[in-house]
Amino acid sequence: MNMVVATEFKPTIVGFLCNWCCYGGADLCGVSRFQYPPYLRVIRLMCSGRVDLSFIFRAFAKGADGVFIGGCHLNDCHYDPEGNYDALGNTLMAKRILEHVGVNPERLRLEWISAGEGVRFADTMIEFSAKVKSLGPLGTSEDTAVADLASRLDAATQLVPYIKLVERERLRVPVRTEEGYRNFFGSEEFTELFNGLILDKLVMSRIMGFLRKQPVPAVEIAGSLDLDPSEVARHLHELTEHGLIKFDAGEHLVAAV
Amino acid sequence: MAHTQERAAEHAHETLAQRALRPRDDNCGDVMVVGGGISGIQAALDLANTGFKVYLVEKTPTIGGKMSQLDKTFPTNDCSMCIESPKFIECDRQPNIEIMTYTEVAAVEGSAGNFKVTLNKKPRYIDEDKCTGCTVCVEYCPVKIPDPFNQNLSLNKAVHIYFSQAVPLVTYIDDSCLYLKDKTCSICQGVCENDAINFNQTPEKVEVKVGAIVLSPGYETFDPRVRGDYGYGTYQNVVTSMDFERLLCATGPHEGHILRPSDKKHPHKIAWIHCVGSRQVTPGGNSYCSAVCCSYTQKQVILAKDHVPDLQAKIFHNDIRSYGKDFERFYQRAEKLPGVEFIRSYVSIGREMPDSKNVTIRYSTPDQGVKEEEFELVVLSVGLNPPADAREFSRIFGVELGPQGFCKTNPVNPIETSRPGIFISGAFQGPRDIPESVVSASAAGALSGHLLRSRRGRLTQERIYPEEKNVTEEEAKVGVFVCRCGANIGRVVDVPALVEYSRTLGNVVHAEESLFACATNTAQAISNTIRDKGLNRVVVAACTPRTHEPLFRDTLREAGINQYFFDMANIREHCSWVHSKEQADATKKAKDIVRMSVARASMLEPLSEFSLPVNKAALVVGGGVAGMISALTLAEQGFQTYLVEKASDLGGMARRMHYTLEGLDVQAYLNDLKKRAYRHQLVRVITDATITDVEGYVGNFVTTVKSKRGVQQIKHGAAIIATGAEEYKPSEYLYGQDPRVMTQLELEEGIVKRDERLLNSQSLVMIQCVGCRQEDRNYCSRICCSGAMKNALKLKSVNKEMDIYVLFRDMRTYGFSEDYYREASSRDVKFIRFEPHDKPLVEAVEEGGRRFLRVTVTDPVLGKKLAIDADSVALSAAVVPSRGSEDTARLFKVPLSPDGFFQEAHVKLRPVDFAAEGVYLCGTAQYPKHLSETISQAYGAAGRALTLLSHDTVVASGSVCEVDESICVSCGACISSCTYGAIGFHDTPRGKKAVINPVLCKGDGLCNAKCPTGAVYLKHYTDEEVFGQIDAALAG
Repeated sequence: MNMVVATEFKPTIVGFLCNWCCYGGADLCGVSRFQYPPYLRVIRLMCSGRVDLSFIFRAFAKGADGVFIGGCHLNDCHYDPEGNYDALGNTLMAKRILEHVGVNPERLRLEWISAGEGVRFADTMIEFSAKVKSLGPLGTSEDTAVADLASRLDAATQLVPYIKLVERERLRVPVRTEEGYRNFFGSEEFTELFNGLILDKLVMSRIMGFLRKQPVPAVEIAGSLDLDPSEVARHLHELTEHGLIKFDAGEHLVAAV
Repeated sequence: MAHTQERAAEHAHETLAQRALRPRDDNCGDVMVVGGGISGIQAALDLANTGFKVYLVEKTPTIGGKMSQLDKTFPTNDCSMCIESPKFIECDRQPNIEIMTYTEVAAVEGSAGNFKVTLNKKPRYIDEDKCTGCTVCVEYCPVKIPDPFNQNLSLNKAVHIYFSQAVPLVTYIDDSCLYLKDKTCSICQGVCENDAINFNQTPEKVEVKVGAIVLSPGYETFDPRVRGDYGYGTYQNVVTSMDFERLLCATGPHEGHILRPSDKKHPHKIAWIHCVGSRQVTPGGNSYCSAVCCSYTQKQVILAKDHVPDLQAKIFHNDIRSYGKDFERFYQRAEKLPGVEFIRSYVSIGREMPDSKNVTIRYSTPDQGVKEEEFELVVLSVGLNPPADAREFSRIFGVELGPQGFCKTNPVNPIETSRPGIFISGAFQGPRDIPESVVSASAAGALSGHLLRSRRGRLTQERIYPEEKNVTEEEAKVGVFVCRCGANIGRVVDVPALVEYSRTLGNVVHAEESLFACATNTAQAISNTIRDKGLNRVVVAACTPRTHEPLFRDTLREAGINQYFFDMANIREHCSWVHSKEQADATKKAKDIVRMSVARASMLEPLSEFSLPVNKAALVVGGGVAGMISALTLAEQGFQTYLVEKASDLGGMARRMHYTLEGLDVQAYLNDLKKRAYRHQLVRVITDATITDVEGYVGNFVTTVKSKRGVQQIKHGAAIIATGAEEYKPSEYLYGQDPRVMTQLELEEGIVKRDERLLNSQSLVMIQCVGCRQEDRNYCSRICCSGAMKNALKLKSVNKEMDIYVLFRDMRTYGFSEDYYREASSRDVKFIRFEPHDKPLVEAVEEGGRRFLRVTVTDPVLGKKLAIDADSVALSAAVVPSRGSEDTARLFKVPLSPDGFFQEAHVKLRPVDFAAEGVYLCGTAQYPKHLSETISQAYGAAGRALTLLSHDTVVASGSVCEVDESICVSCGACISSCTYGAIGFHDTPRGKKAVINPVLCKGDGLCNAKCPTGAVYLKHYTDEEVFGQIDAALAG
């Protein structure tokens, strides 16, 4: 008898843990034998502030169902420059970008776990695993093919150097507290700056990425990238002005660089 | 087989070559450590690392001691051998330690600074320099003998290696050998290809000159045969707790299967009996409490339950003494397990059932009266005895023994024996656990160092590694070594499948498994394999890099390749231990982890480390007893020390103490100590001080201290946190509302001040566990039970008519304090136990013109309420973390435990270190403790600080940042991200470019994450290396 058994979804979660706190918490969790689901794949870094936006995008682009970042509690960072604040800023920024490229931002989670909090590590893993499981494999809660998400994430990755520059110039967080960070990244001011400085570039980066793959008639771009046609027209205009795209002999648009 | 032998032979050759590099053995050293258990090992390592040449003498064929026989350690259930064996290797590789096993001390002449020790080296009948540890002789030996390492529960051969991680890893021949008996067999000689068997060996006398001696002979477990009433030795299924440790262990008689002796079947119903040989004044028993049995029993219950999920366990106990850091939670964890029942009852062994060989136990409960119940296995939680040869030992060394048969020590210096120049560490001081043994070892190191300070560094030499092979032009050739960690990994993860899988990964040219990758022989074998197979990258799939990376990096150095060509795949803490019920998924995860590790390893670059100077000054935070002792210990060895105290005078909590249980005059002692601290030239005392800022790192701290003298910046290489603890201010039991209710410290003060009202009390009630062992403070304050005994006895000596009641939950007079509990009881102090959910009630009452405090409590024996009319009530208030701990923790970047005390680097083996290098810990800042324990720990912390301060330089990691100038756009993002000031601009022909000072770089890599072009990169954690790991994680 042939029986189709629905295989249980077992997500893959990529975890970036700082050596001093969260990795230690995960070790203590093991030593104490607290159990959690076997979905996490750990990458040990010295500080959560080392986590680059491109690490997060890379993980999702390669099909991670969730990304976890674990650092020391705020003001307890092992390092003087307090990299966990950077981790917080990066995570909030990444969530915003993920939202725009169509990855459910709930797939990214940041937690502060000290080396003494073995139980909390297990609890966090149990909870986050359940969350990611409920979202289903990457692409399902997004209702978008993983390949599409990947190409959008590649576009976002292309933009990371620019984002780093803009963050430093224009997006400085005024208050160094968790609340300060959350307020800033949740503020209208930020949204405005984000839309003006980053979002347009993100869309242009996607168009460029798309055109780099193959020449495409202008009218097909909006549909293929699931974008608003008038927005696309605006960007195409600007990109042509800058000489970044041009028409080829067959009236298809191609990337010039 | 031939290949193994060849490799083994080569290894023997290397060992000889290595030996030749060691100092010329003219039988002259600095310190002799007698006893090679964990305490002796730690003392030897600390001394060798501070510039002394050490002889480590052990009477058994290997170092390791009792700890090596344990399966796990409480309260973290860390694998005992896994944490101890790296220390074996460290000893073995340390050129300033001469390990002499199978050797005993026959005589000691001379005096402090100049001892002549006569050693008796027993014949192993094996030429240690020739034996390769190949064990062919063991295979062929026809004589089977009970294996002492496995508590005689399994058989071994007359020639064998003591245990597989032994150091030295060579065989020895037992007296049961047929050749030694009547020369009827010499098979081993025939099969040994190295001619290592030598029956002509005779006992050898060796004379060694040393300046100081550290005694660490440890303890014996109590032998229940001495008292015939436990059935041990007659009933097969009665075992001791040490037997049970071996049964639990993967390297034990049944590979970690708990099989009972009679029929080798899994027992499903086990009883543990507490206090076997302890707290007994009947003949054969010991009057004292053995201090470790409650917690190790709980550990065994938790582990047994893990092995046999449907296990029914009953634990028959007296008081539960969970007095150590995190012990209370550990007890709760054991108690909450399903099928586990803790029963407070005296018991007697009944009989053995003739067919099943089950054993009955008679016990009684308040509800059901006396019962007799059958168990499939009975474990006796045996206590700790002095070493069997303690008397002979004391004669040879000329040190006195105390009344309990352990070494007599000085109450204000528990590390000193009665003979100058001879120090003591570990359980020979009296029953104690592993961290206390380790602390006292570091303390003995500090005191020996003080005695021999003028000769530091005279006899020692640096370690020499083979020249590093340049492999940068080679393709990556990765070797994967998968550790079973006994059963810790092997029972969950399919190790052969993992090894097989590893072989299929790109760049992997070799993969193999081992029982313990950290065992001496395995580490050496890995080193050999690296050379044999020309490996240039190594992955060890085992436990956490946080503990074992240094060991394996060292193994790579031994093999002549760069130590940064190493990556550790953590398949234990992050896999087998946390997914123990999901074997298939755990195996899949382990494969993913190894794949990620191999991907990373393939990309790793060789890095070189560099030396940082060490500022020779130390800063001690907290001027109590702990702080003063550690400061004086450092100053007396020539190191400038700053002693920073927030109050206006030194002394800390001890200012409120007047006498100890043992009768020490605390104030006299304290005043002397203060005088010494204030007067010592090299101790700079700063009172009324606040630390406002701490910058820098190991060897090079700059601390800003604000005091009446103004603000000063202190440069120092090491810091010791000794900020103490406080007495909880109760809100319970009318405290603060009625002056007749006081804390134990206030009671002590009242006694000393001869407060008439207090001393004329007809009746006084003490209430224990006020403010702790409850939800918001889930720990035991450790000192209050003995503290109550101290004051009760004092009151009785002043006014013997006084009725004293002690309302308690568990009397925790651990160790030798038990005798004072017994004394109090014999002097008619009344003890009434109460349950936490039914606490006593204290009311102020006026009746018949008399005003008193009515204390109501339920008597568990009588089962009814009892009202005591008391004139005074003393509360044993909790010890709580000192205010300001959080600030101190933040400034020094060290963690606090959930209870608010400072969290040491490793509960068992690094009890006075922090994970942050260069910062150490002692006293009640770590956890509540008695004065003598604080003193011991203060010496220990100083000893650990000396291992840093005695060096001119400290090695800094090669994992620092670097700039690729060709893509640097001079934006300065990296510079503003680095508050260490490690990055600046410098002029180049192509303009300003960022440049990194590697000495200041701490390797956090924040600049790397900020750099828009990727010009700044953190070595060992580059973007490419991380991308490689991400891709590999998702390539499954």
